[in-house]
Amino acid sequence: MPNTLEKVRAREPIASERSPLGFPVRMIEGEATLGSITDQIGDIPIQHPHKTFWLMGFVLSIMALGIFGIAVVYLLYRGIGIWGVNIPVAWGFAITNFVWWIGIGHAGTFISAILLLLNQKWRTSINRFTEAMTLFAVICAGMFPLLHLGRPWLFYWLLPYPDMMTLWPQFRSALVWDVFAVGTYFTVSLLFWYLGLLPDLATLRDKTSGARQKVYAFFALGWRGSAIHWERHQMAYLILAGLATPLVLSVHSVVSFDFSIALVPGWHSTIFPPYFVAGAIYSGFAMVLNLMLPIRKIYHLENLITQRHLNAMGCVLLATCWMVAYGYISEAFMAWYSGEVFERYVMFNRAFGPTYGWAFWVLVGINVIIPQAAWSRKVRITPVLLFFAALSANAGMWLERFVIVVQSLHRDFLPSSWGVFKPTIWDWLTLGGSLGLFFTLLFLFIRYLPMISITEVRELIAFKEESRL
Amino acid sequence: MTGVNRSHGIMAGFEDPEQLLNAARRAHTAGYRKMDAYSPFPIEGLAQALGHKQTGVAFLFLMGGIAGALGGYFMLWYSMAVDWPMNIGGRPLNSWPMYVPITFELTILCSSLLGFVGTLALCRFPEPYHPVFNVPEFSRASRDRFFLCIETSDPKFEASATLRFLEGLDPYYLEWVEQ
Repeated sequence: MPNTLEKVRAREPIASERSPLGFPVRMIEGEATLGSITDQIGDIPIQHPHKTFWLMGFVLSIMALGIFGIAVVYLLYRGIGIWGVNIPVAWGFAITNFVWWIGIGHAGTFISAILLLLNQKWRTSINRFTEAMTLFAVICAGMFPLLHLGRPWLFYWLLPYPDMMTLWPQFRSALVWDVFAVGTYFTVSLLFWYLGLLPDLATLRDKTSGARQKVYAFFALGWRGSAIHWERHQMAYLILAGLATPLVLSVHSVVSFDFSIALVPGWHSTIFPPYFVAGAIYSGFAMVLNLMLPIRKIYHLENLITQRHLNAMGCVLLATCWMVAYGYISEAFMAWYSGEVFERYVMFNRAFGPTYGWAFWVLVGINVIIPQAAWSRKVRITPVLLFFAALSANAGMWLERFVIVVQSLHRDFLPSSWGVFKPTIWDWLTLGGSLGLFFTLLFLFIRYLPMISITEVRELIAFKEESRL
Repeated sequence: MTGVNRSHGIMAGFEDPEQLLNAARRAHTAGYRKMDAYSPFPIEGLAQALGHKQTGVAFLFLMGGIAGALGGYFMLWYSMAVDWPMNIGGRPLNSWPMYVPITFELTILCSSLLGFVGTLALCRFPEPYHPVFNVPEFSRASRDRFFLCIETSDPKFEASATLRFLEGLDPYYLEWVEQ
């Protein structure tokens, strides 16, 4: 016998609704009941549908991870001389990749924390997945500064601990700030993700049996949906979101301090923190779209990740694209307006230099011009088009970090110390291999955990009347 | 049906969050205090309806934050200005602007850690066994049903009267909870 909620549901129209301005408004398409969405999302890790897709993806990722392993082992054996880094371009790909990966992570926290505080209900269908993406991206990001240390096995020298040399880390260094920022970011993201996952783990526990049930039960910690637990859970979740919000802004600000605290022309600029944060959210949303759109199609999640979500993500992509573009314009303007001969030179060289001039114009093309396609509503709600716009932005943001790191360093104050960075095969293998690490973790996540928050979608359904717009 | 002394309580199942909320309110008005409600998603006001006043969670986050801020700044000041002072161009040893980022990160870190661990501790997690799991229908509490359990330890609990009271709330399901 259908309960009252189900009766209400049965009267709802199925066709996609539009707002007066023609934007899609439905956050859940079609008919959904508490039970049906529990099965739809919960059965993906339990019944493991689309095995071929998963297996192919997972095997490819594992192979790329193997390449990463080989690249790292050879790096440990030979030292960072196997990369193209040199003096003056000491940072090369390692720091480019670090900034790129950590930027990707930022969209997850933006979606889960900032949009939660802003009461944007459309975050519900995507927050779990993007939080997982954050964790995996931060793991990839953390690899690069460690490998770049030269002697990665001494990484713990960066932490304050009572050592026999009676030394402290140099706490006035932006590079040490990075350790604290990234470490805190990973920890808080993990706690936030796990806290949100707890009720869903209990759901999986109640849906499975045998050994799998024991594993889910272990991680569910005995969650039973008690009202008093829910209240504490919701309060803790909200406060963690409130803490994660300034945290996510601080992390990429600190990353930008690695550059802007230094006196290198092209780096020493106050626009860097906001411009890096905007760029981080931009690249992160691009990555969310690149991952989400195929998964939405393959796992038939179109009723949960609706056109409304695509439209909203497309809009965020466009908005942050313009913030990044503003950063470029501001950099060029300030270089000219400062009257500094070195700043002017670096900016001119960035655009018209013989070695890296092409990179700047490709960057403008794929990072600023192509994503303008998101102005069109048709692009925003057509998965294939949106996918390519996002892919362009994703590559563009990597190139942006490359230009900032390499081009600024390669022409220093003294012409006698100029140099050129040329990536070696090991640079490329490490970058590609880190994608393998990322996708391996992601496929494991899809396989064993619910990729959409079942609890929060239930809430949406139960309170559908108020959460429609 | 089992005896009172071997039971954890009586559980009533509902099909609707509104029904559960009303049931909880009526049970509290009727004087029951030792009870709990179970739902597959958070229902606003349900804990208050059961007579639960404060969570204590926010206070833990605040304490963690204060400890992180003070401890973090103290570590920086002690290491850079006291234990290993380095004169860099005559700049002040207690150069506080350079200490802001790490102090900030440690504030967030300690606040989150204490808040998270404290929340779990307040809920008494991990708690792998609980009598309510003995009710077969209870697996739907993580799916699409809503439950209210009045416990035998409640001073007002009286087997037949409580059973009659719960029946009056129009549940779709009613069962004793084995200890």
